[in-house]
Order: sequence, then structure tokens, then C-alpha cells
Amino acid sequence: MSTSAQAGAAPVRRFASRSKRVLPGFGLSLGISLFFVSLVLLLPMTGLVVETAGMTLDQFWFTITDPRVVESYKVTLWTALAASLFNGFFGLLLAWVLVRYEFPGKRLIDAVVDLPFALPTAVAGITLATLFAQNGWYGQWLLKAGIEVAYTPIGIVVAMAFTSIPFVVRTVQPVLEELSPADEEAAVSLGASDSRVFRKVIFPSLWPALVTGVALSFTRSLGEFGAIIFIAGNTPYISEVTSLMIFIRLQEYDYAAASAIASVVLLVSLVLLFAINLWQGRYLKRLEGR
Amino acid sequence: MSITIDRINKRFGNFTALNDVSLEIPEGKLTALLGPSGSGKTTLLRIIAGLESSDSGRVLFGGDDVSNLHVRDRNIGFVFQHYALFRHLTVAENIAFGLESLPRKERPGKQEIRQRVEKLLEMIQLPQLANRYPSQLSGGQKQRVALARALATQPRILLLDEPFGALDAKVRKDLRRWLRALHDEYHFTSIFVTHDQEEALELSDQVVVMSQGQVEQVNTPTALYARPESRFVFDFLGHVNTVVGLVKGQKLVQGDAWISLPGVRNDQEAQLYLRPHEVQLARAPSVKAKLPLRIASISLIGSEVRIELMPEGWQSDEVWEVGMSHSEFARQSPTRGELWYAVPEVGHLFLADGAEPRTIDWQYTEAANASNM
Repeated sequence: MSTSAQAGAAPVRRFASRSKRVLPGFGLSLGISLFFVSLVLLLPMTGLVVETAGMTLDQFWFTITDPRVVESYKVTLWTALAASLFNGFFGLLLAWVLVRYEFPGKRLIDAVVDLPFALPTAVAGITLATLFAQNGWYGQWLLKAGIEVAYTPIGIVVAMAFTSIPFVVRTVQPVLEELSPADEEAAVSLGASDSRVFRKVIFPSLWPALVTGVALSFTRSLGEFGAIIFIAGNTPYISEVTSLMIFIRLQEYDYAAASAIASVVLLVSLVLLFAINLWQGRYLKRLEGR
Repeated sequence: MSITIDRINKRFGNFTALNDVSLEIPEGKLTALLGPSGSGKTTLLRIIAGLESSDSGRVLFGGDDVSNLHVRDRNIGFVFQHYALFRHLTVAENIAFGLESLPRKERPGKQEIRQRVEKLLEMIQLPQLANRYPSQLSGGQKQRVALARALATQPRILLLDEPFGALDAKVRKDLRRWLRALHDEYHFTSIFVTHDQEEALELSDQVVVMSQGQVEQVNTPTALYARPESRFVFDFLGHVNTVVGLVKGQKLVQGDAWISLPGVRNDQEAQLYLRPHEVQLARAPSVKAKLPLRIASISLIGSEVRIELMPEGWQSDEVWEVGMSHSEFARQSPTRGELWYAVPEVGHLFLADGAEPRTIDWQYTEAANASNM
């Protein structure tokens, strides 16, 4: 899931002009890439479609509109949205701090940002569940404030946000690093306030990268499983995510139904990433004047 | 608005960017900060703008100390070498940026902003490009837009950091002329940084030559060219031919070469600087000098023929360059490989015991020696 998401968001590049290519081996490298993409992405996706092809349209529709499944869509969507928006804000802040300021321990924090990717999601899930449980380090204090995190949809948001924050930081960071200080200086010399400089000069340049980061974070969250099931409580109609529904169908050896639900998630992710790619291409085209 | 720089110091780590710099920038004039890279000229400009802070010293605008004033409150226009246009805004939006950044009370209405932008677009002669994005403009157009953007809020002072540095020669020349005309019309106090001596001399009313964080000389272009006060300024303002040697019996001697130095009595080390147009070429040595040179190359392009020569029987750090009019060239027809003799007309002598150069004019004695030639 996450791999297909990354491939989908890769920037669109024009083919090198046919007549003059500086680097040789275009055909060979493209061939190998296409072969590999087919092997690891297209083939499994085809398998998914083939698996569902055994069902009639009615069966398919019945499976994917099962009330409990539909409820899981809703839960997954809003939690993923909340998590990715939170990451959009916090990830931007983190990237900003890492690029703009020098402080002791900066390198360490920079390395720790990738931890959610390195950590097995199940480990993350168990850790978060322990921390946010009613007697956990965070949970007991949150409970006093009347907030229950573990075994509620909020727990899902926490797990999703944790596992997908590197997407935002790592997409925004290089763009921030490349921003020319002269642009900001120009804005300030024209009398712009700090907030205006950020809104009118910095943010428009960051915007495409931030949207990509949030979208990646969102699609990743749609498919997250390991980290969520330990903290979500998995109460039907309340805190069940779609990937859990797929898992349940698999446990029932109902591969067709599992594939059907999976195909819905896949479709949503693909459409979203494709749309963002198109939009971003147009936006960047304007900036770079291609 | 005149600008006073009062004993500014600035260090970056171990590097001294500005060393006790004091300077007066006259009101309504176009001043050039000229110097090689690392001379501190850009740092000085940025300190004037408020984009950089000085370690000590003061900056005054028309008598008011602005040292502690933030750049956004200094009311300056700043033009960057690489334009620094906002690439997601159109040309018109870029120009309007400063006006829209004004505090609500001072901000003109939408209609008025549009009119002011239109006027500025006309001033930079690009009214048809109002809705283009910066990426769709050429370098020269971008720099004009950057200038219009900087002038939109009618700043008291315009500062330009190598404004033509990133442009090609032809566009640079056009834009230079245009900026001069614009300045003559509006008379804002402006300072521009450049490392191009031709640009500085052509464009400015006053040139400040800087080197290693210090001001070497301040003067009008004409006076600066006529009377450079130091070797550095000499070296920096165009090509110079040098003879380094010992003064003996009113002659500067080095190897086979010598030049008469009437009136120089102390025997000591000395350097003689001669500009390409202050030297003539002859096929035989004259009574005032013997400077044998072999022609290395001849360049015909330009209003003058430029001849490069290598010293023969003596030494010089750099190749010699002599200018010759085209008609003279046609008459004499010097060719590459021939041995010629330089005949100095005016030279600038730096003696080991004096800092100020002494100008020597051999043409005075021309008449007296004519019979001996």
C-alpha cells in the first residue's frame, strides 16, 4: 500500500528529448524499471482484481456496503484525515525547526524523525497502547482531563499520526532548505511583517510539498493496520478500521471479500494521489514556466 | 536623503568583512561601491539596508540614527543580484507587494494600487507583461520588475546589489543606460554594488573603491581615473602596464630596459604605472626610454586597436597592453612577433619612500628632445 502510494506521488518527468540524450541506457533503465514496477506493484494489484472477479457484481456490492464495513470506512476516513492534518501542521513545524535553527541535539532529532518508519508497526502499536492506557504514563493524565485515547477512535488517530509523520517532514524539509533567503529578505525590505512573509512568500513555495506530504500521510493511514489494532480497541461500528475488516475476512478464509474491500481502499488512494499529482504538476508548471 | 556610515565594523568569525569604515553618501546621487569579491562592499550595502547588523558603528539616514531600526522600517528599496522575485505571483502582484504590505492606515485602496502598478509598469516599459509570471520573463525583464517592485513604495533610498551581474553584456549595457536615465529623472539616493570598474565609472556620480574591508578612495569617476591614490585603485581601474626597477641617476632601470625620470634624485626601488593610452609604440628607442617589447597579439575589435606585448630583455608581472588608433595602425602596420619600443607619455610613479604616486609627464621634454630623435 505505502509503496504504491510513493510510486504514485513521484514527480512527473518529461522524457528526455529523443534526439539528444546525454546519458546512455534510457531504454535499458526504463525497461528494468517498468519490469520491476509490474512485478512488485501491477501484478499483485491484478491479483487483487482477479480475486474479486470470482464474485458477481451484486456480491461485490453487498460485501463492500456491509453496514459494519461502511462504518469502518467512515472511521478510517475521518481518523486518517485528522491524523494527516495534524501531521501537516506538526510535520511542517518539525521540518521548519530542523531547517531554520541550530541547536544541540538537532542531528539526533533529525534521525529520530525516521523512527516510525524503522519501527515495526506492531511495536509502535503496543507502545502507544501502553502509554495511553488508562494507567499508562500519558493515559492517566489525559483521563483526569476527561480524554480517553486508548481503545477509542482517538487512539486510531494517534497511531496513524505516529506512523506517518515522516512523510510530511521528509517531503517539506528539502523544499524548505532550498528556499532562497533573498526572497524573504526582499519581502521584509518591502515592509512585510513576519506573518505576511510566511503567508505570501514561504508558504506558497512549500504548499505543493506539504500537500504531497499530507496526502502520503493520509493514504498511508488509510492502510495502516499493525499500529492501530493494538490501541483501537476494535469495537464494531465504533473503532474498527477498514484494514481490520480485511483482516477479519481473511481469517474467515473469505479471500474474495477481503480483496473486494481492499480494492475500495486501493481505489481511493490511487484517485487521491493521482489527483494531487495532476494538481501539483500544474502548479509547479506555473512556477517553473515549463 | 543622505547616508552617513560612521565607523562600521563587521566580522564573520575570523574574517574581517569591514574594518572601521566611515563614509558619506550624498543625497540624490548614484554612488557605486566598487571592489573585488571579499572587499566588503556587499556586506556594507546589507548593513545600510538593515539586512545585516554591524558589530559596532552607526548608520545615519539624513542625520537620523537608523542602526537599530529593522529593515522593514527603514523605508529602503533593495534590488537583489538574482532578482528575488516572488515566483508564484504575477509581475503586477510582485510590484504591488510593497504597497499591500503597508499598514492598513497608510495602505492605498485597491483601485489606487492598481493605478500605481500600471504607472510603474509603464516606467519599466513592460505594461504588456503585467499578468506574466517571473519564470516567463528574461533576465533583463526580471531585473526591471525587481526595480519597479523596490520603487513602488517610494523609498527614500534605493540599494542595488550587483544589479546587472547576472545579465549578459548587451542587456547589461541597455539596462545600465536605462537606470541612469531613470535616476536622472527621479533623483533618489542610490547605492549600487559592483565589481565591474567600467560599470562603476560609467553609471555613477561617485565611486567608492573598497578593498579588504576598507575604503581605498572616494571620488567622482573622472577624478578617480585621473588620480588614483593607491596601487590598489590603479590596478583595479582597468589595465596598467608596470615597470618595477631601481632608480639610478634619474633613471628607472630593470634589465635591458630603462626610463628617464627627470627630477627623481633618491636612488631607491620604484614602480612605474602606465595606462595603455599613455604609451606610444615606436620602432626605435627614444631618448627618454628604452622599453623593448615583442608583439604577442593584436586585437582589432573596438574603437582602438589593442596590442599585447611581452617584455624583451626585462620583466613584467603582466603582459603589456598598448592602444593604437586604427589610422595609426594602418600606417605603421605592426605585426605579431616584431620588436617594438614603448615610448611613455604620462606615467605614475610609486616610490619606495612615498605612499602617494607622482605623475610624470614626458611630453614636457618632448620639444627639447625632438632635435635628438
